[in-house]
Amino acid sequence: MAALDPRFRGGDERRERRVNPTPILKSPLLWTAVLFAALLFGMPLLAPLFRWAFPQVQPPVFSRGSFVELFLSHAGMVLVASLAATVIGIALAVFATRPAGRDFRALIDTLATVGQTFPPAAVLALAVPALGFGPRPTIVALFLYGLLPILGNAIAGLEAVPAAVLDAAEGVGLSAWQRLRDIELPLAAPVILAGVRVSVTIAIGTAAIGSTVGALTLGTPIFDGLAGNKLPFVIQGAVLTALFAIVTDLGFASLQRRLQPPGAPSPA
Amino acid sequence: MIEIDRVTKTYGGRRVVDDLSLTIPDGALCVLLGPSGCGKSTTLRMINRLIPFDAGEIRVQGEDIRNVPPEELRRRIGYAIQSTGLFPHWRVEDNIATVPRLLGWSHQRVRDRVTELLELFRLDPETYRHKYPHQLSGGEQQRVGVARALAADPDVLLMDEPFAAVDPLVRDALQGEIARIHRATGKTIVFVTHDIDEALRLATVIAIMERGRLAQSGEPLDLVERPASDFVRDFVGNEAAGLKSLALRKVSERAQPADSAAGEPISAAASLRDAFAAMTARHTDRLPVIDESGRPAGVITLADLVR
Repeated sequence: MAALDPRFRGGDERRERRVNPTPILKSPLLWTAVLFAALLFGMPLLAPLFRWAFPQVQPPVFSRGSFVELFLSHAGMVLVASLAATVIGIALAVFATRPAGRDFRALIDTLATVGQTFPPAAVLALAVPALGFGPRPTIVALFLYGLLPILGNAIAGLEAVPAAVLDAAEGVGLSAWQRLRDIELPLAAPVILAGVRVSVTIAIGTAAIGSTVGALTLGTPIFDGLAGNKLPFVIQGAVLTALFAIVTDLGFASLQRRLQPPGAPSPA
Repeated sequence: MIEIDRVTKTYGGRRVVDDLSLTIPDGALCVLLGPSGCGKSTTLRMINRLIPFDAGEIRVQGEDIRNVPPEELRRRIGYAIQSTGLFPHWRVEDNIATVPRLLGWSHQRVRDRVTELLELFRLDPETYRHKYPHQLSGGEQQRVGVARALAADPDVLLMDEPFAAVDPLVRDALQGEIARIHRATGKTIVFVTHDIDEALRLATVIAIMERGRLAQSGEPLDLVERPASDFVRDFVGNEAAGLKSLALRKVSERAQPADSAAGEPISAAASLRDAFAAMTARHTDRLPVIDESGRPAGVITLADLVR
């Protein structure tokens, strides 16, 4: 059967879609994204600037790999870990908010809280003996660390669906699956998305630390620079990592505005 | 017809519905009335299988409801609740269309039905169709909630204190609309309330419940004038029951054939309470009565009211 949620149907709802009042050229997302891409591709062009500022460092720009290559590896790990964390986090939250899963609710809460107290570096250190060096321990650490905000927000979002709405949905004859798909998840979506936003932004920063266990990321120049006393490498890695996180965060903010259920009052 | 046959529901050892039997005839507007915790809402929610029962049987149109899959049963029975339960992310049109779409109606048929229902509730279809619930007033939300319950034209409509959360003026208007829609559609309505005045205004049959049991059922006037127990007498308001009974009886029942009296006449179809109010307001003890066509139909006096 076709989805009941009117947003999944084509047709006349488009004309009611609220238009983002910010013109595209004034959007901070566009400009930070352009700056990020420019630095990613054009960093070697800044070599004279770095040579002038740090005459004793040779070469003045990190050159063990291209920044684009580092970025793709970095983004790939974040994507894999965050996708897995999103899918499993939402699935666990759905389970914990069903009658059958109520008993597990406290356990899931405890695990999430305990998990949040582990520093990411500790998770990395613990994962290396089990998984070896390279991207794999980093992905595991990102996944475990990123699961918690998504799980927490998804449970909060699902529990915030008004009881009367659920009662009416059941009373008019929606099945359990239809209630979840058409009522609960769409209503919880803004809160879930806020959790994913926090999770992904943290993962981008945390992934940089993965360079210490041999993963190729935008953190690699930072740790090379720190080890070899080459400050320009540290600056290059840090600026790109920070811009990556900022662009992603702004991207999610824009997505959240778009996904805000049209029926809800303006986002808080 | 809804037959509730010796139904019992136990929560943690407490019988919230205790061996309840009640038959609601086709076309009735049956009000389940009682204090909170008497089991009236539980009874209502057992009829569409939102709450399972432990013993007994409930039949809707002769069919044992436990033989019908719950979702299928609920799509055949309208359901409206106090806080409306409108889906906040769906427009008015989509909310009303919920059950017709579940039943696979065609796009055009759904659209026509939504238009028809909005008109029935005196909401301009083109203005309201595309609004979201939070853009509506409380009374409008409640109308849309009832429209959703009626959308697939169910024979039976369940209403759980639908007007308890709206202000008195709006409640009065909504009660008028439900009475009108009940008369116009002839649907069987089961209506839960704790408000005796709402019950007397709307019901064709009232079932008063006390701690999970049926205290008395019957026509409104019966309950007011012949309460079966002290509980029922207290609930319908003791001495104030006299006023309630005046509200249920018509001037035509007590008017005397006599020469017409002076003053503004009262309609034979008005209630005795209206006649009493008119006498009080005009400081008189007799009013001329006219029938529907405006011809004199005798006189009603203060003494006639208390006969």
